[in-house]
Amino acid sequence: MSRALPFIGNVAVLLAGLAVLFGFPAFAETYVIINATIFASFAILALSLALIWGYAGILSFGQAAFFGLGGYTYAVAAINFGDTTGAAALAIALPALFAALLGYFMFWGRISDVYLGVITLTVSLILYRFVNQTAGEEWNIGDAPLGGFNGIPATPILNWPGRPGEQLAPENIFSLAVGLLILVYFGCKALLATRFGRIVVAIRENETRVALLGYDTRLYKLAIFVVGGALGGLSGLMFANSVFVSPTMFSLPVSGQIIIWVIIGGLGTLIGPVVGCILMQILTNWLGTLNQVPGFGWVDPNLVLGVILVVFVLLVPKGLTALVTDAWQWIIPSPRAGGEKVDAAQRRPDEGLRDVDPTGGGGARTQSPSSGSSGHLLPAFAGRREENP
Amino acid sequence: MDYAAILALQIGSAVASLVLISLGLAVIFGMMRVINLAHGEFLMLGGYAAITAFNKGVNLWIAMLIVAPLTVGLFGIVVERLIIRHLYGRMIDTMLATWGLSLAMIGFVTVVFGNTVSGISAPLGSLTIGAYRTGAYELFLIVVAAVLLTAGWLVLRYTRLGLIARGTMQNASMAAALGVSPSLVYAVTFGVGAALTGLVGGLLAPLSGVVPTIGAAYIAKAFITVISGGAAILSGTAIASGLLGTINTAMTFAFTPVLGEVALLVAAVILLRILPQGITGRFFQRSL
Repeated sequence: MSRALPFIGNVAVLLAGLAVLFGFPAFAETYVIINATIFASFAILALSLALIWGYAGILSFGQAAFFGLGGYTYAVAAINFGDTTGAAALAIALPALFAALLGYFMFWGRISDVYLGVITLTVSLILYRFVNQTAGEEWNIGDAPLGGFNGIPATPILNWPGRPGEQLAPENIFSLAVGLLILVYFGCKALLATRFGRIVVAIRENETRVALLGYDTRLYKLAIFVVGGALGGLSGLMFANSVFVSPTMFSLPVSGQIIIWVIIGGLGTLIGPVVGCILMQILTNWLGTLNQVPGFGWVDPNLVLGVILVVFVLLVPKGLTALVTDAWQWIIPSPRAGGEKVDAAQRRPDEGLRDVDPTGGGGARTQSPSSGSSGHLLPAFAGRREENP
Repeated sequence: MDYAAILALQIGSAVASLVLISLGLAVIFGMMRVINLAHGEFLMLGGYAAITAFNKGVNLWIAMLIVAPLTVGLFGIVVERLIIRHLYGRMIDTMLATWGLSLAMIGFVTVVFGNTVSGISAPLGSLTIGAYRTGAYELFLIVVAAVLLTAGWLVLRYTRLGLIARGTMQNASMAAALGVSPSLVYAVTFGVGAALTGLVGGLLAPLSGVVPTIGAAYIAKAFITVISGGAAILSGTAIASGLLGTINTAMTFAFTPVLGEVALLVAAVILLRILPQGITGRFFQRSL
């Protein structure tokens, strides 16, 4: 581990992403490509929660609300507009707006972490039940029937901008989804490296201190929550293009899955949730097929997911990313070099969750002026933040 | 007049059902600051326990009032020892672990009972008020809600057990210094909360039937009620249920059941915007 590691890591991620983007469609069948598109859209969803929970400390149990809202907005708008470009923009804007409204009530009400989780959960459940009963004529929006329990099976596929009727092929949708995933991943990295991103992370560490330094913490939390909502909408848009929209997008299992991805991958990292999402999706798909095999009828995806979540919370609370970096450290101990920066970079793998700064160790430096104990601040926040009741 | 009576009964019934589904959660959350996201599945388990016992030939009342709370209470104690105990003071982790538990319970019950609706018919027949008819069983549930609230208040206010529970809730280390084992109190409290939840699950089974995923139907309302109620377990739950239940029923009568639920949620979110600590965070602070 050295100062160069974050850079090498970024390049590796970029290369892996590009390899999937250009290499995968060459040999995979259409069915596999569509499946991979679903994975990519879910991975964007995982990033949306990784950003607001892992970096801003806002645990949203209802990220599925933005996911579903994005999908439905796209479907309804696309059916009404004919051209899908505006619909796609709306599919990101409306969930962001909804997140702003919800966030206003939650952050200006100074609702604590746990209540926030419950409220977001409730909102997504209510949306689920609402959309579920929208069968029938009176729930048509323009030309688009909401379809109740069945959703909108005739969700239009994206067309080339400005050319209605010329739909994208599954390969194009796949490229778009993976391209967006790469873009969102590095976009999140860049966002966190800005002054805004640093303040958001600082709020996660100590909201009172940041507020005393003169920042309106509510505004920053609202802003990052809105970004998360927009990303959720984007993910719903891509999902709508690979399957179709139905009320299950809002459902509790979807919200739960997102949290499981983040926990398993590693809270406080961006790459972890993406990897966790893809691993868990492969596992869920496999369990679904295993269910059909005689003798394995007792295997229920919910049962397995639930047990995995409990085991991870109890035994591997830092997730796979920390597990891998710890193992790496164990095999190849890093040479100790002097200097505060490297020290901070070395400490990071042990802390797992504090992988906040792409440039390595800068997180500690930005905070140190306020405390006057440069370099010694980080250990105080080591490990998972414990919630005081 | 008849219409007013039936409307009052409906409101009473909605309030009582909110009280019932929230009570176990309120006990666990209020006493231990543990958010049990598997609450809905505890209700579901209570329902299955009652129905299974009834189908095995047990008297319906025994199945609902004794078998269901006993089963879920014991299950709750096991869960507390195995999972919750390790996570005290880490609210978010408890939420996640209990969510995992809820998924696992849904999966397990689906495997055992299948993904179908099981049900029993409601006892006590029906009640006629003028031109309207309603189930007498719903009236019975209102009585049960009132009895549970009163009993809970009496236990907390007047018994030694209640004193110990309240003491541990206020200051666990002080209680420990006085010779009480907080660990034991927590285990018992969680067991009691789970047993209450199981009882309610059993009582609601004849009304709604049970499916493995029925927990999701209750959990949102239960949480929003407990959180709107605030710190005081009993009075908070009762007041919040009264307020939200009335809004729900009024909107259901005026529009549709789903809009009733949406109105309930919106009312609760606005309430929390004004009173972030819940109703009893501002008013009736010294109540139980």
